[in-house]
Amino acid sequence: MSMVLNEDQLMLKESAHEFCKANAPVSELRRVRDTQDPDGFSRDLWQQMVALGWAGMTIPEEFGGFGFGYGGLEVVLEETGRNLVPSPLVATVLLCATAVNLGGSQAQKSALLPSIAAGELLMALALEETAFHQPTRIACSAERQGTDFVLNGRKTFVLDGHVADKLIVVARTSGAREDSNGISLFLVDRDAQGLSVLRSEMVDSRNAANLHLHNVLVGEEALLGELDKGYEILEKTLDVGRIGVAAEMLGSAQEVFDRIIDYLKQREQFGVLIGAFQGLQHRAATMYSELELCRSAVRRAFAELDGAQEDVPALASVAKAKLSEILGLISNEGVQMHGGIGMTDEFDIGFYLKRARVVQALLGDAAFHRDRYASLNGF
Amino acid sequence: MQSIEEFRASTRAWLEENCPSSMRTPMQEDEVVWGGRSPSFKNPDSKLWLERMAAKGWTTPTWPKEYGGGGLNKEENLVLLQELQRIGARQALNSFGISMLGPVLLEYGTHEQKAEHIPKIVRGEIRWCQGYSEPGSGSDLASLNTKAVLDGDHYVLNGAKVWTSYADKADWIFCLVRTDFEAAKHSGISFILFDMQTKGVTTRPILLISGASPFCETFFDDVRVPARNLVGTLNDGWTIAKRLLQHERTMISGFGLSAKASSRTLDASSVEGQAMQARGDSGKLSDPVLRDEIARHKIDAEAFAFTSQRSMQEAKLNKGPNATSSMLKNYGCELNKRRYELLLQALGTQGLGWASANHEDFSAEELKVTREWLRSKGNSIEGGTAEIQLNVIAKRVLGLPDMPVLATKKGG
Repeated sequence: MSMVLNEDQLMLKESAHEFCKANAPVSELRRVRDTQDPDGFSRDLWQQMVALGWAGMTIPEEFGGFGFGYGGLEVVLEETGRNLVPSPLVATVLLCATAVNLGGSQAQKSALLPSIAAGELLMALALEETAFHQPTRIACSAERQGTDFVLNGRKTFVLDGHVADKLIVVARTSGAREDSNGISLFLVDRDAQGLSVLRSEMVDSRNAANLHLHNVLVGEEALLGELDKGYEILEKTLDVGRIGVAAEMLGSAQEVFDRIIDYLKQREQFGVLIGAFQGLQHRAATMYSELELCRSAVRRAFAELDGAQEDVPALASVAKAKLSEILGLISNEGVQMHGGIGMTDEFDIGFYLKRARVVQALLGDAAFHRDRYASLNGF
Repeated sequence: MQSIEEFRASTRAWLEENCPSSMRTPMQEDEVVWGGRSPSFKNPDSKLWLERMAAKGWTTPTWPKEYGGGGLNKEENLVLLQELQRIGARQALNSFGISMLGPVLLEYGTHEQKAEHIPKIVRGEIRWCQGYSEPGSGSDLASLNTKAVLDGDHYVLNGAKVWTSYADKADWIFCLVRTDFEAAKHSGISFILFDMQTKGVTTRPILLISGASPFCETFFDDVRVPARNLVGTLNDGWTIAKRLLQHERTMISGFGLSAKASSRTLDASSVEGQAMQARGDSGKLSDPVLRDEIARHKIDAEAFAFTSQRSMQEAKLNKGPNATSSMLKNYGCELNKRRYELLLQALGTQGLGWASANHEDFSAEELKVTREWLRSKGNSIEGGTAEIQLNVIAKRVLGLPDMPVLATKKGG
């Protein structure tokens, strides 16, 4: 199982690197924040990313995509993570296109996937209901009414919720509150009657929203996958999401680490470069080691997604637990090792710290994934 | 020329015929075969297995045939390893000759030196020990003071070494000595080989906190060593010393790797399995803090194993930074130390026994955990301390600057 990037991935990574450096450095996120951009990202920039093929990377060719595989998205996410690029990549491509591809009917795939690949459709996954990632604890209800369903409930931390044209709503159709059985997935239009969306302002200046569903009526054709069996698709989708988010986190952690090392080589105190102090050297060496383990965890998980797809849940939890822990460490050290300047808004490092806590929590924090990993391993 | 598939088939057939069934079971620590002039074989099959593997040169599969090695290329070696793994075959021979001296002797030795020593390493006839650390030279290894003075066609050695692993059981020693007393500390060191039975060599085992004595103090009083036993260039032994340390780190980093592929089912002998058994738990470990710590450790161990694999894959493509050996050594040792701390927590006071006459209070396995826990504390000291490994990463990998005052100071 190769954990070394192949030629195609290296070329793609290089072009993504150049693109982000030229068009979407951290100053782009700063612009979105400071101008209170109503979309929370640049639609123009997104169209350029679509033109580069990023939106259709994982979508099969028969549905208008490029079928590059997840290994392509891996290197792109690393680069967007390096630059904290705000875009629909995670919500629309990583999560929703995966869910539609895994669980959708032929008609649903034909209707949605080509539009995603073409950059004409934005989607969002409406899953969480509390401040914690609890993917089976679903109270939002969908009740039968003839052949239709009526949805009621609240959702929170819905990435890109306020800009999505279509939502995938995780709802309970039977079973008790924490049962994985009895969960179903529904495609809901943004302008459906009874759906209200309230944009949240998060610490990382990236998109999230609260949803309120009040007697939202959808037809049978809105059901994604089988009735009551939605969790099978959801869990697979979440694992792809966790691995993809881990790749984004790897990029962010690498960037903060590189900035730390650069600073240690140019900042002088007591007449010497501060990088000569052993107290800082050992912390840097420890971060380097942990970062190498993080890279292996991400590469290994992606190799499995494009390979035999065995053992994906455990590998996803390894990657997300490890990255959540280590991005936490490195984002803190990023501020501390830059000293006073690291505390200023003018300096970029704070953006990484703020983003870190949000992605650490996204799709399960380190504690969630250690608990899941222990269960998967029989303890 | 045999195709790789033919090689696999013939290797598989040979192993089927020649690997005794008792050599296809997990090996206990006291069953490891170290070779030497008076080797100990706990099981007669292990002697047979060593002889058969050595005859093929497969105790050192990639070493040149000319000196008794297997002469396999990388691809064939991989196939051999896979086939050995497939039947769960034990390592036929484990020695410092194989893991440390052999590779540098092949790189820096003369034809005569290779012809004299390599075949005996391959066959396990000579057991080697490493004369590096001295009482006053631990982390600052290059300040070593054992003197070698030329007298005719011999060097006369005087000095002392410490932490010499198994010096009391070894037949020969590879040793760092000072041959230039005026030069800067790294520039006056030479690498020399000699027989531990030479007059003037004495060893004294060191009793460790674990109760075991794997290391010795070693003393040299006017030890006469033929000058032809000096390896490489006079006064340039530090180059060889460093290369050998890389091989040593690679060996030690293996400590963090679990031999078993993860099957995602509870293994009774694992840390979590023992923790659950000790508490009478089933299904889920009842101590949530310990459960979280064990999960964290296992996740790190998996990511570490992936990193070792990735490092090998990158090395194959010549993309790997050479200095990853420091990172792997350091992380592997820390993982092993964490594992034993968790094992103690897993067993409670049953993991804190020291001895037992009849095993009514502590089982042999429990007592072994206590001793191994104490032994593991040495992992981050031997072969270069954790702090030295972090220095190496900071300077060689990350390119961080030296402290000016240390960079200019000369030692001796």
